[in-house]
Amino acid sequence: MHEARSRDAIIRIRDLSVQYERFRALEDVALDVYEGEFVCLLGPSGCGKTTLLNAIAGFVFPSAGTLSVNGKPVRAPGPDRGMVFQEYALFPWFTVEQNVQYGPRLRGVRGEDLRALSRHYLGLVRLSEFAGRYPNQLSGGMRQRVAIARALANHPAILLLDEPFGALDALTREALQDELVTIWEKERRTCVFVTHSLAEAVYLADRVVVMASAPGRIQAVLNNPLPRPRERASAPFFDLYRTIDGVLRTVLTHAEARPSTH
Amino acid sequence: MPIRADTANARDVFGAVALTKRRRNLLALVSIAGLLMLWWLVTALAWVDKVLLPAPAEVLSAFMRSASDGSLAKHVGISLLRVVEGFAIALAVAVPIGILMGSFAIARGLIEPVVELLRPIPPIAVIPLAILWFGIEELSKVLIIAYGAFFPILVNTIAGFHEVDRTHIRAAQALGASRLQIFRDVVLRSAYPFIVVGARLGMGMAFIVLVAAELIASDAGLGYLINDGRYNFHTDQIFLGMACIGVLGFLLNRALLEAERHLLKWKYVGQ
Repeated sequence: MHEARSRDAIIRIRDLSVQYERFRALEDVALDVYEGEFVCLLGPSGCGKTTLLNAIAGFVFPSAGTLSVNGKPVRAPGPDRGMVFQEYALFPWFTVEQNVQYGPRLRGVRGEDLRALSRHYLGLVRLSEFAGRYPNQLSGGMRQRVAIARALANHPAILLLDEPFGALDALTREALQDELVTIWEKERRTCVFVTHSLAEAVYLADRVVVMASAPGRIQAVLNNPLPRPRERASAPFFDLYRTIDGVLRTVLTHAEARPSTH
Repeated sequence: MPIRADTANARDVFGAVALTKRRRNLLALVSIAGLLMLWWLVTALAWVDKVLLPAPAEVLSAFMRSASDGSLAKHVGISLLRVVEGFAIALAVAVPIGILMGSFAIARGLIEPVVELLRPIPPIAVIPLAILWFGIEELSKVLIIAYGAFFPILVNTIAGFHEVDRTHIRAAQALGASRLQIFRDVVLRSAYPFIVVGARLGMGMAFIVLVAAELIASDAGLGYLINDGRYNFHTDQIFLGMACIGVLGFLLNRALLEAERHLLKWKYVGQ
C-alpha cells in the first residue's frame, strides 16, 4: 500500500459535485486512486457510487470540482478508461470475437495482430471456443466474461466496473470474482469496482470506499490488508466484514434519520 | 448447430409439445386439399352458376393455356417489375429520410408534420392524381407503388432510432468510438431490425397498391388480367389472376424473410 501511495494518483478527484437538475447526486467528493490498485465503491442505492464511476468514465459531468485521469481533466469517455456494465452491453449484432476486437479495430489493429489479441483475451476469460457465437447464445456469466475481455483487449489504463456481477446468481458471482482477481493479478490494471455487496468488496478490494446518500458523498475509506489469495470463510475476512458493516450501518441509520431532520 | 426457434418443437400454451415440422406440413396439405375438394364439390354438384364459380379444372386449363402462349408470363413479369421498381424507390428514399429524421431533431421537426398530414390518405386515393400528373404509362404506377411503400418503411426506420440502447452507445464510447463510428456500428445496427420490419410492411402495401393501380388503368399485369376477365365474363381468368397474385405475394414476402434471416443472423440463433 505504502509504495503505491508514494506514486502519483492515476485518478485524482477534488471537491467533486454532480447535480442532476434539482437532485444533488454527489457532494464534495475527494478521492485518489493509485496505479494498479483495486478500489471498491460500496454503499446503499442512491449514494451516488454509479454517478462517481460515470464521472470518471466521462459519461456525466461535474457541476463543481475537478476530476483528472493521468493528470488530464476528464471531459469525455475515452479508451484509457475501459467500462464493464451490469447489463453487459455486448453488441448483439457482433459475434463474441467481433465484440472483443471492436476497440482494437477502432485503433486500426488489423489481420493477425487483431486475431492474436482476441485469442489472448478470450483465452484469459476461458471462452476461446465461443469466439464465433453471438452474445444471445451465451449465459449471463459468459456474457460478462466477454464484456471483461472486450474492455481489457482495448488496453485501458483503468478498468471501471459498474456492479458487473449484480445480475448473476451467487455461485456464478463468486466464480467470476475469482476470475477477475486472477485477471487483475496478471494484467495489473487499475480497477474501480462499484458494488452494494459488502462481501464482494471485502473479497476484491485493496481499499473500500464507503459512500452515504442524500447527498451522495464519501463516508469513509478503509484499507483492506487481507493477503491474497483471500479466503472467503476465514476469521480475518469476517473481522474486516464486521468492521466495514459497522461503518455501513451508521451510514444507513443516518440516511433514514435524515428526512426528518431536514 | 443452434436450433431455429420457429422449427423447434416448442410447447403450446397448455404445455403439450407443439407440432413437429413434418406434422405441420401434413396438416397444411390436408387443409389446402380440403378447400380444393370443397370447391370441386360445389362446382360438380352445380350448386353455384358455372359462370360465377368455375370448376378447378377450368382454372387449371386457363392456366395451361396462358402459360403455353406466354401471356401469363408477360402479365406476371410486368406486375413483378412494377412492384419491385416501386419498392426499390421507396426503400431508397424512405430509409435515408428516416435516418435523417431519426438522427436530427430539426429534420424530424420539419418533415414529420408533412408525413403525418399525408400518411392517413390511402395511396389508392392518390391514383387519379398520379395518372393526371405522370400519365397512364409505367411511371405513374411505379410512383404510386413507391408512395404506398414509402410510409411504412419511413415510420419504422424512425422508430428504430428510438430503440438504441444508451448503454451500447456508452460501451462504444468507452472503447474509443467516434460519433460517426457509433452511428455506423451501434445506432444503425440497432435500427436494422426495424428497417427490415418496415420493408416487409412496405412490400405488403406496394402489392395492394399495384393491384389497385392495375385494376383502374392498365393494359397488362395481373390486375389487368382480373379486370379483363370481368369484362369478358371469364371467371376462370379472374381466379387465375387472383391465384397468381397470391403466389407472387407469398414468394416476395418469403424472399424478404430470407434477406432478413441473412441480414439479422444474430437474431435467429437460439441458446
